[in-house]
Amino acid sequence: MIDNNHVIPQTKIRVENFNLFYGKFQALDKITIDIPSNQITAIIGPSGCGKSTFIRSFNRMNELIPSVRTEGKIILDSKDIFEIDPVELRKQVGMVFQRPNPFPKTIFENIAFGPRAHGIRDHRILEEIVEKSLRQAALWDEVKDTLNKSGLALSGGQQQRLCIARALAVEPEVILMDEPASALDPIATLKIEELIEQLKEKYTIVIVTHNMQQAARASDFTLFFNMAESRAGYLVESGKTTDIFTNPKNELTEQYISGRFG
Amino acid sequence: MARELFERKIKQIQDEILLLGSMVEQATLDSVTSFKDRDIQTAKALIEDDQNINDKRFAIENAILILLATQQPLAHDLRLLAAMLLVANELERMGDYAKGIANNTIRLGISDLPIPYRDIEKMGELAVSMLHRSLSAFISEDISQALAIPHEDDEVDALFNKCYRTIVNGMIANPATIDDASLLLWVVHNLERLADRVVNICERTVFIKSGEMMEMDGSEDEVEG
Amino acid sequence: MIKDISLARKQTRVIDPAKNLHQRQLKQRIAFALIWLAGIIAITALLFIVGYMVSNGFKVINLEFLTTRPAGGVSGKGGISTTIVTTIYLVLLTITIAAPLGIGTAVFMVEYTTEYAGKKNLVGYLINLIRTSVEILAGVPSIIFGLFGFAVFVSYMKLKFSLLSAGLSGACLVLPLIIRTTEEALLTVPKSYREGSLALGTTKWQMIFGVVLPSALPGIITGIVLSVGRVIAETAVFWVTLGGSYRLPKNLLSSGRTMALHVYMLASETTAFDKALGTSAILIVIIILLNLAINISSKQFSKKFSGK
Repeated sequence: MIDNNHVIPQTKIRVENFNLFYGKFQALDKITIDIPSNQITAIIGPSGCGKSTFIRSFNRMNELIPSVRTEGKIILDSKDIFEIDPVELRKQVGMVFQRPNPFPKTIFENIAFGPRAHGIRDHRILEEIVEKSLRQAALWDEVKDTLNKSGLALSGGQQQRLCIARALAVEPEVILMDEPASALDPIATLKIEELIEQLKEKYTIVIVTHNMQQAARASDFTLFFNMAESRAGYLVESGKTTDIFTNPKNELTEQYISGRFG
Repeated sequence: MARELFERKIKQIQDEILLLGSMVEQATLDSVTSFKDRDIQTAKALIEDDQNINDKRFAIENAILILLATQQPLAHDLRLLAAMLLVANELERMGDYAKGIANNTIRLGISDLPIPYRDIEKMGELAVSMLHRSLSAFISEDISQALAIPHEDDEVDALFNKCYRTIVNGMIANPATIDDASLLLWVVHNLERLADRVVNICERTVFIKSGEMMEMDGSEDEVEG
Repeated sequence: MIKDISLARKQTRVIDPAKNLHQRQLKQRIAFALIWLAGIIAITALLFIVGYMVSNGFKVINLEFLTTRPAGGVSGKGGISTTIVTTIYLVLLTITIAAPLGIGTAVFMVEYTTEYAGKKNLVGYLINLIRTSVEILAGVPSIIFGLFGFAVFVSYMKLKFSLLSAGLSGACLVLPLIIRTTEEALLTVPKSYREGSLALGTTKWQMIFGVVLPSALPGIITGIVLSVGRVIAETAVFWVTLGGSYRLPKNLLSSGRTMALHVYMLASETTAFDKALGTSAILIVIIILLNLAINISSKQFSKKFSGK
């Protein structure tokens, strides 16, 4: 077999014995995993296994829910994210959501919103950021003449790329994607996957997906989560995507990815 | 249990592979018998029947491609279908060996060459027996069988070397028979190669079960006939 | 088993499908007819009122009527110029006071306290108190706001009958309306906008000011325009807080007279009933224009941002 990854990638995010509770209910159970830098890590698993909850821990979005409590560590580079101010953390760890959620603003304002919130006022610099972000998100050619149109006027796939551009505009290091293509048609989905592949050069990407083929196509590493009888999510198996999808070690992974359960 | 239709279709393809296997076994045994009996009639029929083997192989290949395209198999299913694709190909090539033997039967005509019939027959029987058991092991994913069968290839190789010696010695003793005797060489060579390909089937069996791609013993590097 | 089948047959025989359909359609026709009738009665009554006002009122309306000030006295001589200006002053003052308070309260209730709502702690208790008060205030007759304004602003704070007393009382009157419409508008802003903003590393305030409020703006503006209408149309509150001077107010502490108040005074204290009708006609036109403005502006907003 041909193996292109001779170099073991560096760890970007280290998760150690991470537990998460909604009130008394334990949603994540002792997750320990290293997320490699500048790679695409896909998280798959049946509904309710805590995949989304898990990546929402990386930018502490879970904390918007009042009853959430966590244990264990999540270390970004060398800092524990729970010791970083969430506002600062979210600048470093961007997020793209399941449904495209452009703001009801113009395309330009959608992208300029983040940088502006971080203190950039100079219009010329903002213009540069907007163009650069849109180019990175492979949307520039489609919207360069309509930057003053509403972001909501775009098609679903374009809206999602706009949201990716918006996340890129604040120059994060990690981009979390929570089923970013589940609301899109197949062609738009492939475009997003293509884009993700290009983005990994500069960013560490963690993507949750329901679509096994998507994980197989678009990721370098795969984590398989499952739900225990207590309904707590736990990590079953992790490894190179090529290994997980051709030769998983765990029987549960095997059954899940070959469509026998979940 | 999800994916029942998919599993039924895989089962159908497995049955087809067993059927193709038994066609090849029969063709090999018949080719050896007709060679021994100098039965040109049967030899001609075997050459024509090879088309059936080829057709069956294409049918299997097509069915597998359709499953790959429509069911997006992964993990074990993916390995199984990929292996079946290769095994169908191996069986078709084995069919060609039988056809090659039949061709030589016709070309040899009624030459009165001394021929090591007993050994050739033994080779044929051994190779076919290996093939038969390797296919059952393949379908039932029986790793211990798949690991054991390739060792029998040594026996086939020994018989091949013995026949080879006999035939070459005959050539040296009577150079006028070289043309005809070289046809004999092809016959034993084909049987030896058939046994080598059985080893490939065993390798695939291990691959399906464990995901490991391992090279088993077998005189792979010889030229094909 | 056989019993069941015969029972089922019996039932099907009782319900004749064709007859059943006919009955159902008949019911539908009767219901639709009643709904139409109700609509027609309501519209006729409305058109009659507007028609009566306009046809009788427009007789007295001319440029002079609009540009001269009321002369006072029982004859009701003069125009309505100062009442128009006073109305505008009062509207501006009331909204300036009520809008920031109302919007602020709604933002507080929706954005900062969702996690406490319904909980048994101080903040949860406070939220419930505000919400209940707003609901009660929205149903209170306006004269009670007037009496409150008179007692607190006019008498106790010694602001007298003045624009300021009236503006403060008016603000109390429209505050529940602004709070409720703003709250509803904020609640319709999708969670995904909030998450999208926070995920960019904005603070909560940047999220509210940059994304949530702009998205809720059409709803908030609707609330404000409704409040403007309410101030324009109100008499009782201003009767006991604004006084009734037909002169142009000089400052915040001057007394004054809005158009609606003028209509009331013309009708009750003078013989110039036709002028009351004329002023009413202008009031009705203004209210209609305001409603049109709401429609157009909210359509414009949704057009601009849905991108169609």
